[in-house]
Amino acid sequence: MSASLRGPVLFALMATALAFVGFYQSWSLSLAILNLCLISAIMALGVNVQWGYAGLFNVGTMGFAAIGGVAAVLVSAAPVGEAWAAGGWGLFLSLLAVIATIVAIVLIRAKMPKGRARGFAVAAAILVGYTLARWAFDPAVDAIEAVDPALSGYLGGLGLPITVSWAVGGLMAAGVAWVIGKIALGLRSDYLAIATLGISEIIVFIAKNEDWMTRGVKNVTGLPRPVPYEVDLQQAPWFLERVAAWGLDPVEASSIYVKLSYALLFAAVLLALLWLSEKALNSPWGRMMRSIRDNEAAAEAMGKDVTARRLQTFILGSAICGIAGAMLTTLDGQFTPGTYNPLRFTFLIWVMVIVGGSGNNWGSVLGGFLIWFVWIQAEPAGRWMMDVMTMGFGEENPFRLHMIESAAYMRFVLMGLILLVALRFAPKGLIPERTKLGA
Amino acid sequence: MSAEPFLIGERMVGGYGGSTILNGCTIAVNRGEIAVIVGPNGAGKSTAMKAVFGMLNLREGSVRLGGKDITHLSPQDRVPEGMAFVPQNNNVFAGMTVRENLEMGAYLRRDGVEETMEQVFHLFPILREKAGQNAGELSGGQRQQVAVGRALMTKPSVLMLDEPTAGVSPIVMDELFDRIIEIRRTGIAILMVEQNARQALEIADKGYVLVTGENRFTDTGAALLANPEVRRSFLGG
Amino acid sequence: MTDILNAIIVFANFVLVPGAAYGAQLALGALGITLVYGVLRFSNFAHGDTMAFGAMVTVLVTWWMQGHGVSLGVLPTALLALPFGVAATALFVLATDRVVYRFYRRQRSAPVIFVIVSVGVMFIMNGVVRFIIGPDDQDFADGARFIVSARDFRDMTGLDEGLAIKSTALLTIVVALVVMAALFWFLQKTRMGKAMRAYADNEDLALLSGVNPDRVVMVAWILVAALATVAGVLYGLDKTFKPFTYFQLLLPMFAAAIVGGIGNPVGAILGGFVIAYSEVAVTYAYKRFLGHLLPESLAPESLVQLLGTEYKFAVSFIILVVVLLIRPTGILRGKTI
Repeated sequence: MSASLRGPVLFALMATALAFVGFYQSWSLSLAILNLCLISAIMALGVNVQWGYAGLFNVGTMGFAAIGGVAAVLVSAAPVGEAWAAGGWGLFLSLLAVIATIVAIVLIRAKMPKGRARGFAVAAAILVGYTLARWAFDPAVDAIEAVDPALSGYLGGLGLPITVSWAVGGLMAAGVAWVIGKIALGLRSDYLAIATLGISEIIVFIAKNEDWMTRGVKNVTGLPRPVPYEVDLQQAPWFLERVAAWGLDPVEASSIYVKLSYALLFAAVLLALLWLSEKALNSPWGRMMRSIRDNEAAAEAMGKDVTARRLQTFILGSAICGIAGAMLTTLDGQFTPGTYNPLRFTFLIWVMVIVGGSGNNWGSVLGGFLIWFVWIQAEPAGRWMMDVMTMGFGEENPFRLHMIESAAYMRFVLMGLILLVALRFAPKGLIPERTKLGA
Repeated sequence: MSAEPFLIGERMVGGYGGSTILNGCTIAVNRGEIAVIVGPNGAGKSTAMKAVFGMLNLREGSVRLGGKDITHLSPQDRVPEGMAFVPQNNNVFAGMTVRENLEMGAYLRRDGVEETMEQVFHLFPILREKAGQNAGELSGGQRQQVAVGRALMTKPSVLMLDEPTAGVSPIVMDELFDRIIEIRRTGIAILMVEQNARQALEIADKGYVLVTGENRFTDTGAALLANPEVRRSFLGG
Repeated sequence: MTDILNAIIVFANFVLVPGAAYGAQLALGALGITLVYGVLRFSNFAHGDTMAFGAMVTVLVTWWMQGHGVSLGVLPTALLALPFGVAATALFVLATDRVVYRFYRRQRSAPVIFVIVSVGVMFIMNGVVRFIIGPDDQDFADGARFIVSARDFRDMTGLDEGLAIKSTALLTIVVALVVMAALFWFLQKTRMGKAMRAYADNEDLALLSGVNPDRVVMVAWILVAALATVAGVLYGLDKTFKPFTYFQLLLPMFAAAIVGGIGNPVGAILGGFVIAYSEVAVTYAYKRFLGHLLPESLAPESLVQLLGTEYKFAVSFIILVVVLLIRPTGILRGKTI
């Protein structure tokens, strides 16, 4: 198959697979998978920008997705006025203390000569600042979390449309990426991996434990939707008329309508990001990134600011993951910090990029679709397989029950195998990077 | 030349990847002799040495040691055959003590190594003093001594040195050359590549002047030093 | 005077003793990571799951032994099952090396490729462990619970505060010391150990000295499997066996290895204790400790806790970042064995 046909054919096969699910399982399921495929593709795109363009090994995708989720809460949840009244001032004071501490440290470092005295001064400033911040923060948090804890117990958000949070999530992720990048990008590649792994765990810990901000493991549910609710559709005359004309079941049709609306929104975002990524990749900037990735020493010798370029890519890729994270929370309609798991939110994305084709945006998008599809379908397929394989045992046989119950974990093994096989036999991925020489 | 030399790399052709660096040069050395390879930068001096040691696949030519064809042996397999190689860089175990470095040299030997170690300590007395220190903490000249000492621990019949005096002071260089002469007395064949051509040829029994991977001049060290053309072109007058 | 004694006992009970056990567990884990880094030259993301695998096999064999009435008296039966866990893990790890890593070693692939490959191995081990034993907590500890219980200690000394020493804590420390001593003896004194250090130090020169790389790599993997299994079992006995916690230990273990100086076994042990004590000390609530020391009027009302225990992993991360910024090679210079 010629290289130029390869991509379209593979995408067509993917569409066929989704259509199969539609025909044989249900269209609602097929669309549900498609929506998560779209989000996965965006996350894979983000990782590809970092790894494929610049060779940065970021395993903190989970953290950036969680930041996007937090953004969705902060932007769209209804504000809790009572909580603001109870603890707003305290939080504000605490924030002031933090800012004052930072200013003090900057001043000390600027005015005092380097040496032991300066070190002590900085330490003292941190200690005093920390004590002050905690002194204001702790009671404020207690007060906020005491406000109707069963229903709110947090500050709530701004009550804006949730689509706004997609951009905000991207910006917040970019901000965090800037800080991490400043610290970690000078390090060798495995250290960056460990640093990003660590920061993503910490972000999720914060989301789980800072109840005043995210309600923690109590979850924020009922976030507003950018698309209509099924119940409303089922009562809307225009919808019922249309459905009746097509001879469809209104419940099923409303579910499909909602999912299709999401799919259109997500596809629009994906296409926009993909277009921008392609533009960037083929710009002088993109060529420079790849030259840095392929030969850092030479690029540096030519006077390129390697660290600054890397920081840009790191921020861009992380922002894309943040956008995807916000979209995911939008789709779920709720923010559940307990569900962020590095295998699903970080390493699975890596499988997508490697399998799809690192360095090729279309490849990562295809990888996002394919791997998500396999990931979802592997569970019922595994259960079915176990069921068939242990047919000979009795219905209540403990071994049989264990095998069927544990079948879900086989998909981890499957993902590992896919990753290893791809790395070994098709290290360039399904749609390889276009090299300078042609194709 | 009547008898076959103890070690000979004959009409070697080869290079890295698709390139050709060696164009049929021949390098040979006998036991109790010092052979020195000199030549301008990029002449393929180190490459020729590496080819003799098997670190480069030859497209043509052969390498024979004591009459045995070893052209297709890997470098690791040439060590038990009696060849010892001292690379130019990274030639000691920096994180191990001097004594451990020497012990690693004798890794393949199952007999007692104390006697050989005594000989090395006798040759390089400073190593006895520093035996318990990490090799990475030593000066450049001392490290070279560790490196040569490690190679001698295999009780080789051929000692190959890739620019042993690179980056050391002239005093240390003279000292090292003296030691190399001493090693020759034990009947070992010594093959080395040298940047400091004049000094090296002074101690050489045989000298090879390589240019673009070919033998330009081959003679005794003294004769090459006396050859006006060699002096003009390669020894700076 | 008794106030000071009480304060010391409180501190020992909640910081010193638990920190020592946790430190020993992290140190064993970090040793495995550092060994892979030194000999095989990559950061092994599958190490946490290797620990889980080894611990799982040990748990299963322990249950089987308990079912047959085998017991070690006051000691946990798991100690008897440990060799089986080590053997199974060694076989598994050697098989992965043969099927997976060896190919990339021969290609001389970049370290980051090895890391991605180890992610693939991590997925597989992760799935296998959950498939066999499930994702939940498993109890396999037996034998005596305490060497000294808090009440006995109070009765003995007449102090207000009690010092409880869990038998698993002491066992952890003893076993860790034995394992570490054996490892250092191996690396410093044996022919194979020296060859391994030489290979880690300077691969090319080691080959020139006649070191057989395949054997070094094989022995290194066996050591890694043993260290990982012992670490995993001790952690499981002392705290709890749950597959996911082993993945989470990856961060503090890497932090320990890097903080101490990656590739340096002494550094890994040092790093393990630095990380463990920092975690425990920063997340400990000093209220009771200060209550004994300060006059009543000054006694603190709040918990005097720098960070909530939920953030203990953040502590290792912060230490890691600080060390990487100030002294990237670690406390002891890394990169050799």
